[in-house]
Amino acid sequence: MSDKPSADFLNRRRFLGAAGLAGAGVALSSVPGAAGEAGKPDPLITHVQDWNRYLGDGVQSRPYGSPSKFEKDVVRRDVSWLTASPESSVNFTPLHQLDGIITPSGVCFERHHGGVAEINPADHRLMINGLVDKPLVFTMEDIKRMPRVNKVYFLECAANSGMEWRGAQLNGCQFTHGMIHNLMYTGVPLKVLLDEAGLKPNAKWLMLEGADASGMNRSLPIEKALNDVLIAFAMNGEALRPEQGYPLRAVIPGWQGNLWVKWLRRIEAGDQPWQTREETSKYTDLMPDGRSRKHTFVMDAKSVVTNPSPQAPLKHKGRNVLSGIAWSGRGTIKRVDVTLDGGRNWQAARLDGPVLDKSMTRFYVDLDWNGQEMMIQSRAMDSTGYVQPTKDELRKVRGVNSIYHNNGIQTWLVRAGGETENVEIG
Amino acid sequence: MSRSVRLLAIALLGGGLVTAAIDAGRAQQVASATSGKLGLGRPALPEEIKAWDTDVRPDGKGLPVGKGTAKIGDAIFQEKCASCHGEFGQGVGRYPVIAGGIGTLKADRPDKTVGSFWPDASTLFDYIRRAMPFGNAQSLTADEAYALTAYVLSMSDIIKDENFELNEKTFTSIKMPNASAFYEDDRDTSEKHFWKKDPCMKDCRPSPKVTGRAMSVDVTPDSKAGPKVD
Repeated sequence: MSDKPSADFLNRRRFLGAAGLAGAGVALSSVPGAAGEAGKPDPLITHVQDWNRYLGDGVQSRPYGSPSKFEKDVVRRDVSWLTASPESSVNFTPLHQLDGIITPSGVCFERHHGGVAEINPADHRLMINGLVDKPLVFTMEDIKRMPRVNKVYFLECAANSGMEWRGAQLNGCQFTHGMIHNLMYTGVPLKVLLDEAGLKPNAKWLMLEGADASGMNRSLPIEKALNDVLIAFAMNGEALRPEQGYPLRAVIPGWQGNLWVKWLRRIEAGDQPWQTREETSKYTDLMPDGRSRKHTFVMDAKSVVTNPSPQAPLKHKGRNVLSGIAWSGRGTIKRVDVTLDGGRNWQAARLDGPVLDKSMTRFYVDLDWNGQEMMIQSRAMDSTGYVQPTKDELRKVRGVNSIYHNNGIQTWLVRAGGETENVEIG
Repeated sequence: MSRSVRLLAIALLGGGLVTAAIDAGRAQQVASATSGKLGLGRPALPEEIKAWDTDVRPDGKGLPVGKGTAKIGDAIFQEKCASCHGEFGQGVGRYPVIAGGIGTLKADRPDKTVGSFWPDASTLFDYIRRAMPFGNAQSLTADEAYALTAYVLSMSDIIKDENFELNEKTFTSIKMPNASAFYEDDRDTSEKHFWKKDPCMKDCRPSPKVTGRAMSVDVTPDSKAGPKVD
């Protein structure tokens, strides 16, 4: 392809300009550099710009930096009608505006049940009691003297995509898939702490409890606790953010986010689960026969195309980057297939960047788009051989009232103008 | 190979060995540090455990000494709870409905309440005492928690006598209607067909048609239309 646009392309641009695009939300190829393309010199090049002439801010003007002001719409968003109060609610990670696999700390989705507890780490205590040889109290100073590890894991809310069980409801992958983040955690293996207290042989379950106003408490099987659970004090290289449990949270790799108790203040060992509110009334999955699954801990393999998506429509014909994320609570992502024709034909996407256990994995398809309508889907496969099902396949087993664990394949309809919609197909 | 290159190669190789030795040393260090006790933390005192360990299990373990009746609970509920949950537990706005709905779990729109859904009465007591009222948690006495538990259960006719005394001894006599309707995660067997060796790649289905669009959905559904996140 030459640098000069085709005549068709130019005609199309004039047509779009004449038609007036205000409010359309999508303008194919109305991009900077256009002046140069039309044969007129680009003033952004021929004129000296302010930033090229005047001094910028000095080194200490931003002791703790934040994103460029031109990125101010890369933010968490909420859907106010979802919940009765903002203190027991959720917001969503702007997946369509991110790349790679690490979620920036400031836009990691939040889920609280009693608001954000603001705790001075000097005032924080962690207690271990119950079926242990010696009940203990730790300070944060104690915990930071223990051997620590660094691990990258995704945290997905069990209710991620839950609003979509009955059909396409929310327009944007931020809303349909944004109850997830993927971070590097620094923390202490829970086993180290439990060894310190000494578990009694009949200890089969642990209860994790938060210090916040909801007193979040969940039962955790001991095998998982001793396997890979961390008690983390840092995320992405710095202290946890308050909304992510500062100063201490549980990290339960591959398992539903609700178990990752924030502001963790107590761990009790027992010989059976406690049947707390969050594992009976909530986080149980109602099935068509009126009975409910409980202890559905693992988050199954899932993926979503983040670009294009309803909040990130296609803007150019020709070369485009289709991008997305895949993850599985059962292991690593082995393959992601992408279809452009609603599941008739599939191609393997290119996995790029680290492919880690129970972590987000980034995938790409570098595609040429000639302006035809597309029905884009992605399908993740994990190291256990599990293949991400369609929503209809899930509904066949589970009905539409199980609220949690919707890992069904997402469809985006890309229209001729590039606008992209959340749809269901049959 | 020139002498200098050979020296460089030896130096690099040597460096590799040193690195390996350091790695082995580190592994040993971590192993030795985690094999025994670290000697960190201090014993938890009985008063401290009592203050924080308020959880209650279905078998009654953890229940404090105390008592209350639905009749007493009614008065407390109207004062401290009804502004969100409604006078009869019907819920105000999008705040949770806590009574009624028995027999609706197979319906298109189930009503999952304490009475219709919750398997254990202990959860109600535990949750009320730990986290309610919303915005003023842990302000209730054990007697108030017993009385409120009795009242909420009476709203779904699980306790029928408003003067029945709920206490640490009578508590486990309560039977919840939906107690036996929960089972352990069975995805490994009931969804075994999602483990597929070779998913279809070519000509997998007929041409798809759009059957639903988010854009045509009213995104301000009433309390029954969308799943709630509470």
